[in-house]
Formats: sequence, C-alpha cells, structure tokens
Amino acid sequence: MTNNKLINLMNISKSYGDTVVLDEMNLYIRENEFLTLLGPSGCGKTTTLRIIGGFETPDKGQVIFEGKDITKLPPNERQVNTVFQKYALFNHMTIAENIAFGLKIKKKSKAYINDKIKYALKLVNLEGFENRMPDSLSGGQQQRIAIARAIVNEPKVLLLDEPLGALDLKLRQDMQYELIRLKNELGITFIYVTHDQEEALTMSDTIVVMNQGYIQQIGTPEDIYNEPTNAFVADFIGDSNIIPATMVEDRLVNILGTNFPCVDTGFGRNKPVDVVIRPEDIDLVKPEEGTIQGVVTSLLFKGVHYEMDVMANGYEWLVHSTDLVPVGNAVGIKVDPFDIQIMNKPESEDEEAVIIEE
Amino acid sequence: MKDVTQVNKPAKRLNGEAGHHSLKIKKTTWLSMPYLLWMAGFIILPLILIVYYGITTEDGAATIKNLLLISDPINRRALLLALELSLISTIICLLLAYPLALILNKIKMKSNSFIVMIIILPMWMNFLLRTIAWQNILERTGVLNKLLSFLGIGPLNIINTPGAIILGMVYNFLPFMVLPIYNVLIKIDRDIINAARDLGANSMQTFIKIILPLSLPGIISGITMVFVPALTTFVISTILGGSKIVLIGNVIEQQFRLGNRNEGSGLSLVLMIFILISMAIVSKYDKESEGSSIW
Amino acid sequence: MVKRLFERFYVAIILLFLYAPILILIVLSFNSSKSRSKWGGFTLHWYQELFKNEEIMNALYTTLIIALLSALIATIIGTAAAIAINGMKKTPRTILMAITNIPMLNADIVTGISLMLVFIAMRFALGFVSVLIAHITFNIPYVILSVMPKLKQLNPHTFEAALDLGASPSYAFFKVILPDIFPGVISGFFLAFTMSLDDFVITHFTKAPGINTLSTKIYTEVRKGIKPEIYALSTLMFITVLLLLIFINRRSADKKPAVKRPGSNPGMADKRI
Repeated sequence: MTNNKLINLMNISKSYGDTVVLDEMNLYIRENEFLTLLGPSGCGKTTTLRIIGGFETPDKGQVIFEGKDITKLPPNERQVNTVFQKYALFNHMTIAENIAFGLKIKKKSKAYINDKIKYALKLVNLEGFENRMPDSLSGGQQQRIAIARAIVNEPKVLLLDEPLGALDLKLRQDMQYELIRLKNELGITFIYVTHDQEEALTMSDTIVVMNQGYIQQIGTPEDIYNEPTNAFVADFIGDSNIIPATMVEDRLVNILGTNFPCVDTGFGRNKPVDVVIRPEDIDLVKPEEGTIQGVVTSLLFKGVHYEMDVMANGYEWLVHSTDLVPVGNAVGIKVDPFDIQIMNKPESEDEEAVIIEE
Repeated sequence: MKDVTQVNKPAKRLNGEAGHHSLKIKKTTWLSMPYLLWMAGFIILPLILIVYYGITTEDGAATIKNLLLISDPINRRALLLALELSLISTIICLLLAYPLALILNKIKMKSNSFIVMIIILPMWMNFLLRTIAWQNILERTGVLNKLLSFLGIGPLNIINTPGAIILGMVYNFLPFMVLPIYNVLIKIDRDIINAARDLGANSMQTFIKIILPLSLPGIISGITMVFVPALTTFVISTILGGSKIVLIGNVIEQQFRLGNRNEGSGLSLVLMIFILISMAIVSKYDKESEGSSIW
Repeated sequence: MVKRLFERFYVAIILLFLYAPILILIVLSFNSSKSRSKWGGFTLHWYQELFKNEEIMNALYTTLIIALLSALIATIIGTAAAIAINGMKKTPRTILMAITNIPMLNADIVTGISLMLVFIAMRFALGFVSVLIAHITFNIPYVILSVMPKLKQLNPHTFEAALDLGASPSYAFFKVILPDIFPGVISGFFLAFTMSLDDFVITHFTKAPGINTLSTKIYTEVRKGIKPEIYALSTLMFITVLLLLIFINRRSADKKPAVKRPGSNPGMADKRI
C-alpha cells in the first residue's frame, strides 16, 4: 500500500426517490489498498461501489480517478473491473469466451488472449476449464471465473460486490485466503463490499463502516475492533457490552453507579458517554475481588469459550471466558482500564440508529 | 437375538419409508390418467387419422395421389404464395417487435403485467372482426384512403392485394412476437449487461454480444408463433385478399368443404411437413448460435 | 433526449396500429348508417337491436358456455396432469410434455381437421359436444404450461411437512399444495377461457351447420356484410374486459410497491422510519 490517492470520492450524494442513500460522502482509496465497505444492507455500500464502477451516477459530487474527474465516464471507459454479487457470467459463452470478453473488445491478439486465459485460470486454480459452460460449474467455481474474467483486463482497481455472499461457510473462508493471495500477487487495489464483519476483519487493510448513507468510521481492522467511535460500530463489529455511563473526570468513568479507572482523557467532567467493553475483556473473579458483583444467569458452551450472562448493577453483562462458572453462582467483574473504550454519545438521530439486520 | 432385532428395526423403518415414497409417486401418477386418455383420443389418434386418410383413397387403398396434389399448379402456387407471405410477415413482425420489446423493457412501467396487458388487450376483440375492420381502413373508400386523399395522395389499391394479407398477418400475430421477446429481455439480469459494460463493451457491442444472443430463445419462439399460423391461415386471406388470392390454407379448407376428406388430409400432411421442416431449421439455428458462432 | 422521444413515438405508432381497428369497430357500433363506409350520425339503436337478435344472442350464449365449460374441464384435467407429470421421472415427463406441446405448435387448421376426422370416423355427430371436446383439447396445454412453473417453484418439503404434522395426503394437497399453485391454476383457467372465446378455425371444422359461436357467426357474414349489432356486442365485450383488467391491475399494483429502486438496498425504506 502506498500513500497515493488513487480514487477520491468528493461530496457524493445519491437518492432514489425520497430515499437518501448517500449523503455528502467523502472517501479516498489509496493505491494497492484492500479497502472494505462494511455495513448492514441499505447502508449505501453497494451504491458507493456502483458509483465507482460507473453503473450509477451520483446526484452530486465528483469521482476523481488518478486526478481526473470520471464522474460522467461510462463503465466501459473506466480502468476498473467489477466482480458482481451473483457472478453475472455470460451463460451463452464458454469459460474461455467469458474470460476473453474484455480482451477481444480491446482487440488483443489471439496468442495474447490465449496466454491470458491460461494465466487467469491458473491464478484461480481452475486450469482446464476453458471449454466448460458457466452453468456446469459450482457457485465457488463460478465466483473464481468471475474474478478471472475481471483481472485479465489488468484493472487498476478490482471492485467486489459481496462476492462470497452466496457461498457456504467453509468455501467462504477458503476464498478469503484466496482473495488475499490474489491481491498480493496482482498488486492492485481491491474495493470490497460486505455486510460480514468477520470477512472485513480478516482481509482488509482499511475498513469503512457505513450506516444509513454515512461513514461511521474509517480505520484498520484493529482500530475498528478495539476503538469503535460509536455504539453502531461497536455493535456491528462483534458482540459487545455497550453501556451508558458518565465520564467523572479524565481516566475515571462511572458505569452503573460504580467508578472504573480507564485510560481515556479529554471528554470533560460529568459528561454522559457510552462505554464499550468486549465480552472477552471481562475477567470473572471471586466476588470480593471484583469491581462490581453479580450472578451468572445463563451459560452456553461455544467451543473455544463459554458465553455467560452476568447480572450486575441492573445490567446483563455478556462475558466470554474459558473458565466455567455455573448458573446461579456469585462472581466479581473486573475490567482492565485499557479495555474500557469510551465513546461520545451520538449527536444526531441518524447516528444513533443501531438497528442491525444481520 | 435381542441385538439382531434391534438392528433390524431401523432397517425395517427404512423399507417402510421407501415403500411410502413409491406409494406417493403412484398416488400422483393416476392423476394423469384422464389426460393420458384424452391425449390418446384427441391428439394422437387425430394425427394418425390424418396420416391414414392422407395416404389412402376413399376405398381405403394406399396411394400417394393425395400428397402429389401439391404439384398441381394451383395448389403449388397457393403453397409458395403462403410461404412467401408468411415469411415476409414473420420478418416484418420481428423487425417491429424487437425494438418495441427493447423499449418496453427499458420503460418498465409500473408493472410488467401492465405492458403485457396493453399488448394482449386487442386480442379480446374477436380477431375476425378486427381483421374485418382492416377492410374498412384499407378499402378504396376507406379511412386510410380518405386520409391519403386529404393529404393529396391518390387513393391506393391496398385491399385484395398480397400486401393487405401481409398487413393482416402482421397485425394479428405481432403480439405473439413481442411477448416472448419481451419476456426473455426482462429476465436478463441487469448485472449481466453491467458486466459487459464493465469489461469494456460499448452499448452496441453489449447488444450484439450479450443481449441479442441471450434473447435468441424469445426470438425463436416468436418466429414459430408467427410463422406457423401465418403459413396456414385461410381467414386473413379470405377477408383481406378477396377471392383472387388463394393460400394453401384456403385450398385445404375448400377440399374439406367439398367433402374431399382424403385430398384435404393429403395436403394437410404436406403442410405439416413444411411446418416441421421450418421448425427444424429454426431450432437448428438456435443450437448453433448457443455455441461460439456469434463471435 | 431525442432518443427517448423517438422511443415514445415508436411505441405510440405500434399501439395506434394495434388499436386502430378496435377504434373503427367501436365507432361503427354507434353509426346509424347500415353501410360501414358512411357515417350516418350517432345512435344507440344497434345496442337495443342486439338484445332482440336471437341468432346473435344464441351465438353469444354458445360461445360463453363453451368457453366456460372447456376452460373449467381443461383446468381440472390439466392441473391434475401437471401434478402427475411434475412427479414423474425425466423420460416420461419429457415425452408427455412434448405431446402436450403438439396442439400449441401445430397449425390450428390441422388440429381442427384432424379432430373432425376423429369425430367422423367414430360416427360421433358434430355439434355442441364435439366443439366442446375440441376446445378442451387445445385448452389443456395452456393450463399445464401455466401450472407447471408454479409446481417447479414449490418447495417439495412443504407437502412432506404437512404429512409429518399429521395431515392426510388429500388434506395436505388441498391445504398446502393447491393454495401455492393456485395463481397458476387461475391464470391457466383465464388463458383457456380467452383462447376458447377467440377461437374460430378449430370451431369451424368441428361444428355442425346448426350451431354457431360468435366467431363462426361472424365468418358466415363476412361476404354478405356484418350486422352492426355485432359491432355493438364486441364493443360491450371489449369494454367489459378492459374495465376488468384495469380493476385487477389496480388491485395487484396496490399490493406491490409502486417503484422498484435499482441497486441492492431493499428494506432501506422501512429502516429510515
């Protein structure tokens, strides 16, 4: 990843009828970056991708590509290629013809095209599939062909619209590694749209969390996970305890009537805030050793850990722990200061919406 | 012993399930009995009879005389004219219908059913009457000629010409060309077209390489749905062609009106052969174009 | 913009072409002159005459009865057949579907003639029943082809689920399967009804001189001139269908969201609320 801004979206707005899908969006994408647009359905992530691809024109704003305004450029004149949600393979053509489509239009030589087909099929591990028809392939294979068809055109940017959405879990996980490998081999920019936070965390250099047409947070996977800027991001990225609290002073927060030391500063005194505590960051200790005390109300075995609900100070704390505490037992709750993430209360109604479908 | 029975139990259960399954298939198969009988009596038997009468004399002796009737100059001319007019009509229908279907697909009015409705609606007026209305429009003192003379163009002789018959065919069968093409077009995923554009195809290339080949099944069924009724019509030629223009349909109808069952069947057989040949040609083209020949 | 204008213009021209004869017929139904090439002033006379004309009323009655009966019987036989065919193995299914396609692909004239030959060979008197049988024959395929796609969409496990919950097969059929395929059955019925109503050629060959449907009645009058009452009748029928279709369309449009948005943001509208 370099620091060159390859694509710059400036003040992009888009509505369908009365529905605002994107509102004054600003975002830049760097060269050779794996950037993921993450959010629930209807957040505007796909529309953003389609505006970059040229399938939608923004109502307002500009799309700058390598310093040039391409807002009005039709898709066939853009140096980007797309891998569509349901693959969108041409079912009346063989695999080879599908892959050759873009190259034939660019009037490349036959030898060049054949080389490219071979190379692309090898890259996606489907050598020898040249003469098969798309509908004789499995979903995962069709997905690979869709990728091969896009990358033979040597795009500067590959747009991927929930490409793994239709695949089953195991295949999806395999394809995640494949995509990372591909990205590294090709050395191009990937813009990836998904509603799956795990996919986003695994593959991305940068994650853009979106909701209701607004960007909620931009950051590395670690940033997004460990330091969500608001309750929406915290809730969307993994399980967490989001608790209304009061910032007593710098480095001290009052959660449900009990003061907890924390590491955040600059929120002011006696300011209402939200705190996020990840369930795996809560230590269950003997009642007398805990900052607060509670009772275990439910217990589930989740494989690598136990998932427990602990009722304490009138709030049901979600806890992940490798130690088992039977239901009904009294426990103490302890949280390290740097595991308490303080967030400003959302200011607008829009930001507050934490309705998540997934 | 005890163990054995316990092992056997699930096996028995399995058998029971299998038995139930075949029972279920049997249960639905009897539902087709009325239809099977109906088909045997009113689809298969009639076709056998037409072949039988076509290759026998009135006394039941085998002959190919009835089939050879087609070589009679009048009959041959009727068949060739019918082929010519129906071919022209089919081509005109295709040329008119394809752009229409494309535009309708683009407009995508409130609902698909609305578009289908306005195309089908005329069919709710009796087709004989609609064809008779064309008499009104086309005849020497008709609406069209009044309009033309108003514009200073002399009265045209359209009624009772092959042109009038072509117009009647195009009019009557155009919806049968529009609907199958439209139905195929609306099913083409928007992203398939986007993908072609994304890969560098301009709108013309997208049309030729993607939309046209993908809509071919619709074109094929449109062609058969127009060509077959146009080739075999006797109504349109009777109403718009006067008594001078005779198509193969008129010849066959006349044979049966005169009670010449065997001759009529013989000519029908020949007609069926022509229908089969044309359908074979069309479907062969369909298969070829599915491959790579479009490129 | 120019392209758009041209497209609208093109659609308008085609619609004019399709609807011009219908306009002519409607105008003629109000024409007081008996000659169809002269306008003699507006009248409702033919609409009054229509109901007094026994021949036309008889033909209308026959037409409607045959359309109704043939559509009904074809719907029952066809739906049953579709269910059976859907459950069959590939080979018999392909064969049956191929035979089902014969009446649809074959020329009407050949279908009519061949059916006539059967009736004559079986010494079955041509008349109402022979016409009815002929109409059922060409209607069944339309029903099967309307029901088949609905059966294909059917989740095969719903039937099993009903059995699992204790329903008898016939109860499960009427409560689970039939409601699911009902839209297909209904559209098959209406398609069959329409086809029967509009048929001329097959009726022409399978009827006896004494009996007439509207189509055959009109055909006998082609040479001597159409009675204006017929224009009145077909105008009435056309208007009825038009109103009916508008009504149905309105109702189905109400159920669906009016505008479909492009892109992949379904459900967004409700979320904003």
